[in-house]
Amino acid sequence: MKARVHVTLKPGVLDPQGKAIHKALSGLGFETVERVRQGKVIELELSESDPERARESLRDMCEKLLANTVIENYAIELDA
Amino acid sequence: MKAAVIVFPGSNCDRDVQVALAQATARHASGGAPIMVWHKDADFEKVELIVLPGGFSYGDYLRCGAMAAQSPVMKEVVRRANRGVPVMGICNGFQILTEAGLLPGALIRNANLKFICRDVNLRVETSQSLFTGRYEEGQTIRVPVAHHDGNYIAGDEEMERMEDRGQIAFRYCAPDGTLTSDANPNGSARNIAGIFNETKTVLGLMPHPERLADPALGGSDGRPLFDGLVEALS
Repeated sequence: MKARVHVTLKPGVLDPQGKAIHKALSGLGFETVERVRQGKVIELELSESDPERARESLRDMCEKLLANTVIENYAIELDA
Repeated sequence: MKAAVIVFPGSNCDRDVQVALAQATARHASGGAPIMVWHKDADFEKVELIVLPGGFSYGDYLRCGAMAAQSPVMKEVVRRANRGVPVMGICNGFQILTEAGLLPGALIRNANLKFICRDVNLRVETSQSLFTGRYEEGQTIRVPVAHHDGNYIAGDEEMERMEDRGQIAFRYCAPDGTLTSDANPNGSARNIAGIFNETKTVLGLMPHPERLADPALGGSDGRPLFDGLVEALS
């Protein structure tokens, strides 16, 4: 089973990289951009076939390593 | 006094801090140079102090310090820290301590996105600790920083609790000791450069006292930290 974990900075946490990207986009003439936040995507392949168990295991991975929950949120996406 | 310096793949200040501690030990106590402990060693001899050095452990993969915090040696470091063995993390070592949960908060990318490598002024916030006993409260010292991710952040409530308990060790300041945003190199909340845990037995700081701990290096404001530690722990 394939899974994707999206890790994003919590609202309120300063994102200097997102700000720099925003500035660069504005410089390129993309004037409709109002806000940019940068995160990361982690792709995983699991031998687990039960979606509930996979989700539970992924949550555990996020809490222990993939995200720093002091500053980051995570979202888990499972491929059907 | 015997100390251990933990060496991760990518550590690059391990020798400097070993020398600074060995010199301080030679001045004030017996015990010799610190032992160097490789990150794969799940156990090591009894020591009175553990140091996590600066560098780029595991190439800063995932987040600075995130992989190191899960290494075999860190399980033992956390176990000993929880029993009261003093632990000091410098730069990458500070990042590892927050990732391992031994210190609150997190260190994110510098506000200006740049790697900053220069001397900064620090205000010593307390002399009431194992680490800062040889400084005066309010004293300004000059120590170098060299980091890309030293922007300290913690929740508002956590921050208030830390202030109330006196857990702030060092703040970035102007040469006269005043806290200004100009003196803050990386955007850290409340100009924070270093913090203690609740019991003040764990210290994490971004600046490198080991890099100015000998007059031959161009300054020795970092030396009292090592002298004080050795004296307190001998």
